[in-house]
Amino acid sequence: MTDGIRPLTVSAPVLRMRGITKRFPGVLANDRIDLDLYRGEVLALLGENGAGKSTLMNVLAGLYRPDAGTILLGETHVEIDSPRDAAELGIGMVHQNFMLVPTMTVAQNIVLGMPDLPIVPDLEEIHRQIEALSNRYGLLVDPQAYIWQLSVGEQQRVEILKLLYRGADILILDEPTAVLTPQEIEELGHVLAAVQAEGKSIIFITHKMGEVIAFSDRVCVLRQGRVVATKRTAETNPRELARLMVGREVLFQIEKAPADPGETLLVLRHVCADNDKGLPALRQLSLVVRRGEILGIAGVAGNGQRELAEVITGLRDIKTGEILINGRDRTSSSPLQMIESGVGHIPADRMGMGTVGNMAVADNLAMKSYRSPPLAEYGILRREKILRFARSLIEAFGISTPTPQTPVKFLSGGNIQKTILAREIDACASLLVAVYPSRGLDVGATEAVRRRLLEQRDAGRAVLLISEDLDELLTVADRIAVLYEGRVMGIVPTASADVETVGLLMSGSEAAELDGVTSAPSTVGAF
Amino acid sequence: MPFKFRKRESVSRKAVLLVPLLSFAVSLLFGAIMLILSGADPVVTYLAMFGGAFGSTHGLSEVLVKSIPLILTGLSVAIAFRMRFWNIGAEGQLTMGAVAATGAALFWSQGWPSWTIMPLSIAAGCIAGGLWAGVPAILKATLNVDETLTTLMLNYVAVLYSEHLYYVTWRAPGRNSGTERIPQVAWLSRFLGRAHTGIFFGLALALVLWLIFRYTRWGFELKIIGSNATAARYMGINIARNIILTLLISGAISGLAGAVEVLGLTRSLQQGISVGYGYTAIIIAWMAQLDPLGVIFVAFLMAALLVGGDQIQMRMRLPASVGIVLQAMLLIPMLAGGLFRDYSLHWERPPKTDGVAGSMQADGMEAGGAED
Ligand SMILES: Nc1ncnc2c1ncn2[C@@H]1O[C@H](COP(=O)(O)OP(=O)(O)O)[C@@H](O)[C@H]1O
Ligand SMILES: [Mg+2]
Repeated sequence: MTDGIRPLTVSAPVLRMRGITKRFPGVLANDRIDLDLYRGEVLALLGENGAGKSTLMNVLAGLYRPDAGTILLGETHVEIDSPRDAAELGIGMVHQNFMLVPTMTVAQNIVLGMPDLPIVPDLEEIHRQIEALSNRYGLLVDPQAYIWQLSVGEQQRVEILKLLYRGADILILDEPTAVLTPQEIEELGHVLAAVQAEGKSIIFITHKMGEVIAFSDRVCVLRQGRVVATKRTAETNPRELARLMVGREVLFQIEKAPADPGETLLVLRHVCADNDKGLPALRQLSLVVRRGEILGIAGVAGNGQRELAEVITGLRDIKTGEILINGRDRTSSSPLQMIESGVGHIPADRMGMGTVGNMAVADNLAMKSYRSPPLAEYGILRREKILRFARSLIEAFGISTPTPQTPVKFLSGGNIQKTILAREIDACASLLVAVYPSRGLDVGATEAVRRRLLEQRDAGRAVLLISEDLDELLTVADRIAVLYEGRVMGIVPTASADVETVGLLMSGSEAAELDGVTSAPSTVGAF
Repeated sequence: MPFKFRKRESVSRKAVLLVPLLSFAVSLLFGAIMLILSGADPVVTYLAMFGGAFGSTHGLSEVLVKSIPLILTGLSVAIAFRMRFWNIGAEGQLTMGAVAATGAALFWSQGWPSWTIMPLSIAAGCIAGGLWAGVPAILKATLNVDETLTTLMLNYVAVLYSEHLYYVTWRAPGRNSGTERIPQVAWLSRFLGRAHTGIFFGLALALVLWLIFRYTRWGFELKIIGSNATAARYMGINIARNIILTLLISGAISGLAGAVEVLGLTRSLQQGISVGYGYTAIIIAWMAQLDPLGVIFVAFLMAALLVGGDQIQMRMRLPASVGIVLQAMLLIPMLAGGLFRDYSLHWERPPKTDGVAGSMQADGMEAGGAED
């Protein structure tokens, strides 16, 4: 049994899950899981993608019904058949994908669907209550703002406020930090502490060892649907946790040969583009990427990263400036023309853009090369060749899927990303644009993604790596360009880069004031 | 509420088979209640319906007659819906197809060899239908104008225009309404009474579309667009071009339905061309889950339901409205049945809130401070 370890306060658990088993077609997502939660603790639920963390918590939140197992709240057996049941029992969950209505305000979202809401709610009163809660827990957000106006971090605060407003005593956060900047993660830590101080319990899902250490009191490690260990955080360390989680020793560093940049492949000159709301997102942006190098793009999210990737891949029109690939003018090319120029793209939104969820893994793998032989001849798809093609990519990239015909949406996040990676690398001849390629991935998959990017570089392709993770940029990239308000603030060779310099550029300091940094325009001028 | 729906985590094979059968049983039950209320014996009525549709060559022939336009418009709607283009204008496209086919056969093929009249007439029908759907498609693809409105509005334009033609401009001398008969060389031949060779257009097209969806590059692209338009754009697929192309074809198929109605059945443009096939087609496409071969099957059943419903009005001497209401009563559960494919119904026990849970909730109210 798992309750060999108890928190410092000796008391009965507020929640006990016993023998929870949940099977999906072809997968045993949860295999006889036991889990205890004590009053006022933060319990980290650690595991690789696909380990069954979300499934287990969805059972607790009333979204899935377990095939076997029981749940006890205190000493009472409970049946949780819907999120509403869960809410009535004081259990609330913030899902990996937020469930907010963008066209409604924060306050409306918070009270939406509450069972005993009067027909004409007293909005003034609700706003006041939300503000009171906001201040109490440090969850700063304007109750009257519309959801679409908010950053992802702010939306997460709304989700947490929603739980608190409804009086949840057990808060489940599914990979809350995956979408946050380092600063926001720190703020979330303060919020957790404030919530915990009131005797509420938190289950914190993550696959990052650092967060387990920083935030949790106890940690429960899942692997392949089973609990492999439950430990007091103070009595473990990242290395041990990584080993438990992956099932083998993990190397935290990857080997990287020095770059050998060749001829110039991608040139952006004075590019201006708007974002979806019609506001300037890229302002006179210039940069150059050579064959055989990885140019990293650093910056706080929302400074033009998304637009930059879309401009290079033909998904967004530019207003002024020019784009050259391989010396040819590719300004205002269509996405197809960019694909044909050899540009691969690993998009930030894997499910929304990178894959078609209800279509087979094999189809998804073929989606960039189905146009021409051998996968299609005279407009007819060669199904058996697509299957063979898919099998070889599945094998080469270690995509774990029951069959090539399985709809891609049933794969874990890491395997969905490997599917995209396989397709893009296979179809990409010269330039790979990777946007947050390891966001939300576990250690194993992250390592695989980074290795692939380096492999591409060493094969003489150019790689543009957009990332929020400074450590990733410092390990993988050869040069780092810092994006701030749609401009390149400066470019630092990774060899001589330090976190502080990059951090200063990220906050908008001019390159000229810092040592060893090239300001962007001169780079292009030299070209 | 003691019952509640829960989304199925995966599609159950059993549900795929059982749901339509059970829906049909429920349909019969609902219909029976309505029949009893209007003083008819349900068993006798159902037998009369079945007999009316399948009990005689005449009935069967009428079922075929109605299934021809239903198959074609059903295919037309299904192909548009596959890429999430809500073409509810099959009725207008069919009507314009009939208009153009008549025009080609009567007026525009003067001086052409007689054997060309039929193909010309069919081509004219397809082109007219295609244009009638193409305009909303172009508006959608270039200006993002909502297609449900434009396709629907164009139905009224088409139907009123056709009326103007057969009451005024093209009216045959000596007739109250309706054009001259089209020349006999353009007629589609008939069999089994009024059934005509137009049926083969429907069957062949269904097969061709099925093959296209399954085996061609273009079918693959349509599936991607229909499933996730953002992904489609990212994969380099030209969505605007595909919308226009698909809708030209969708409209052409409805136009073909109109053309074969004229060439096979009415042999002139007259009242009764627009009787709502284009709307029934929406139900058919949906029930067939947008599968072309499914469309054949569903359209045939729907035609039988229509013919059987008409028959009982005569045989059982029930008011005409009873027949129509009965048809609707039979359809509703069949459509609602689709819900059970994706959702399952559960008996809900009220969650226990005693003991610790109850006190936790009380704590929550205090802590949240916002529940009052
Ligand atoms: N709705 C579902 N249908 C089928 N399989 C699923 C479903 N949800 C999750 N799975 C599978 O169950 C396993 C566990 O998934 P999940 O709980 O999401 O993992 P985690 O949250 O730890 O990354 C994975 O193999 C996943 O593919
Ligand atoms: Mg998860």
